[in-house]
Amino acid sequence: MASLAELPRAAAAAAPAAGPLVPRVVRVERVHRETRDTVTLALRLPPGDPALEYRPGQFDMLGPLGTGEVPISVSGGAPAAGTVEHTVRDVGGVTRLLCGLRPGDELLLRGPYGTAWDAEDGVGGDVVLVAGGIGLAPLRPALLQVLAARDRYRNVVLLYGTRTPRDLLFSRELDRLRRRRDVVLEHTADYAEAGWRGRVGVVTDLVGRAPFDPGTTLALVCGPEVMMRLTATALVDRGVPASRVRVSLERAMLCGVGLCGHCQLGPLFVCTDGPVVSWDTAAPLLVIRER
Amino acid sequence: MQTIEAVLAEHPFFRDLEPQWVELVAGCGRIVHFRPGEDVFREGEPADRFYVLRHGSVAVQIYGPATGGVTIETAHDGDVLGWSWLFPPYRWTFDARAVIDTSAIALDGTCLRGKCDADPAFGYAMMKRFAEIMQRRLLATRLRLLDVYSHGVPR
Ligand SMILES: Cc1cc2nc3c(=O)[nH]c(=O)nc-3n(C[C@H](O)[C@H](O)[C@H](O)COP(=O)(O)OP(=O)(O)OC[C@H]3O[C@@H](n4cnc5c(N)ncnc54)[C@H](O)[C@@H]3O)c2cc1C
Ligand code: FES
Repeated sequence: MASLAELPRAAAAAAPAAGPLVPRVVRVERVHRETRDTVTLALRLPPGDPALEYRPGQFDMLGPLGTGEVPISVSGGAPAAGTVEHTVRDVGGVTRLLCGLRPGDELLLRGPYGTAWDAEDGVGGDVVLVAGGIGLAPLRPALLQVLAARDRYRNVVLLYGTRTPRDLLFSRELDRLRRRRDVVLEHTADYAEAGWRGRVGVVTDLVGRAPFDPGTTLALVCGPEVMMRLTATALVDRGVPASRVRVSLERAMLCGVGLCGHCQLGPLFVCTDGPVVSWDTAAPLLVIRER
Repeated sequence: MQTIEAVLAEHPFFRDLEPQWVELVAGCGRIVHFRPGEDVFREGEPADRFYVLRHGSVAVQIYGPATGGVTIETAHDGDVLGWSWLFPPYRWTFDARAVIDTSAIALDGTCLRGKCDADPAFGYAMMKRFAEIMQRRLLATRLRLLDVYSHGVPR
């Protein structure tokens, strides 16, 4: 009889094009160390795997073999070539194991789950992406989607805050973005050593003067909850309708598919009604004090 | 070349300030430039002015034996730098150093304080503008105190 750890492998073998509910054994193709505590894993998936059909903003449940699973957003990849990427920050038991994976290692994946950024709703207007820390990872596929159809949008603005200059994700890509004339990229660090030549301050301060027309703007915000609250408020104060500001909620998850209630936030299950929700939905829930 | 008054009238800090008051402020101003690495002011020195930045970037820094030099914040185009000129003992509490070529209007604090005292309506309008900056900086400081990027997911 197959052991518990082997069951998903048996299921995957029996049903190569399994639905998103079935965990599949997938292989790490590449590992890129982004910062001292964060890596991007490129995972090879079998042809036809539903996770290759992800929409920007969605997440997968990832589990190193023999341990638990955690929700991790898709941060990019080349679905046509059979890979998806996840950018993982080492904060605890499971994420530490994920960050320690090497090319060739296997892990479990199920997904894609949850709602998407739907950046195409911004076509014809300005798109403002505001990322804090690891929050750039879930936004990256939306940014790439917008850049792939750049002429369909007006201003494209990325505002990015990190703890220190050393915590910048996707730094080479950001260097290339900085050189583009059709994208405004502003990065700020909360703290920096004296030699740092970039901006120091909080990301919410960037919202006030960024070049966008609030009336035509779609804003996508991802980062720690306090940062998202203050950023969304600053966007609304500048005149962006709350219904045009989207945030990606984070709650600890178990099933990821709306069955267990672990991720409940007011009337929402973050795993199925979110993670991406508009600010008019999220605002009243995030100010409820949980006891 | 633009006059100091025209530069101030266009600057976000003085937006919507009565034109006669902008003229009053301009009377206390002079145009200044800083090269990269040049000090704008230094901790402990008398704070007899503040700066309205036109173009450039200035790092506000503090030095400690354990931490070395740390940049606490940076000021950029459209920002205002320094409020120590407003309150006794009128001394800078941080260092400020230009990061890149920077041009600014330096406003004489003693001159401005005199005008604020002489015309309380003008003084109040100026104070409101500085209070707003201080409130924004306080919020930013609180946010950084929370150190949000190292916090976990709500369980
Ligand atoms: C929809 C969704 C998408 C997500 N996308 C990503 C992603 O793209 N990349 C990513 O790295 N993470 C992402 N997360 C967060 C990730 O799921 C958690 O970090 C993970 O579940 C933590 O599990 P763990 O076993 O490693 O930590 P645990 O062992 O469960 O926790 C260890 C300690 O770390 C703290 N902690 C837990 N989570 C975090 C955190 N995020 N930051 C700081 N401290 C934390 C806990 O409070 C605890 O003290 C996402 C979460 C959700 C809900
Ligand atoms: S994690 Fe089970 S309902 Fe959302």
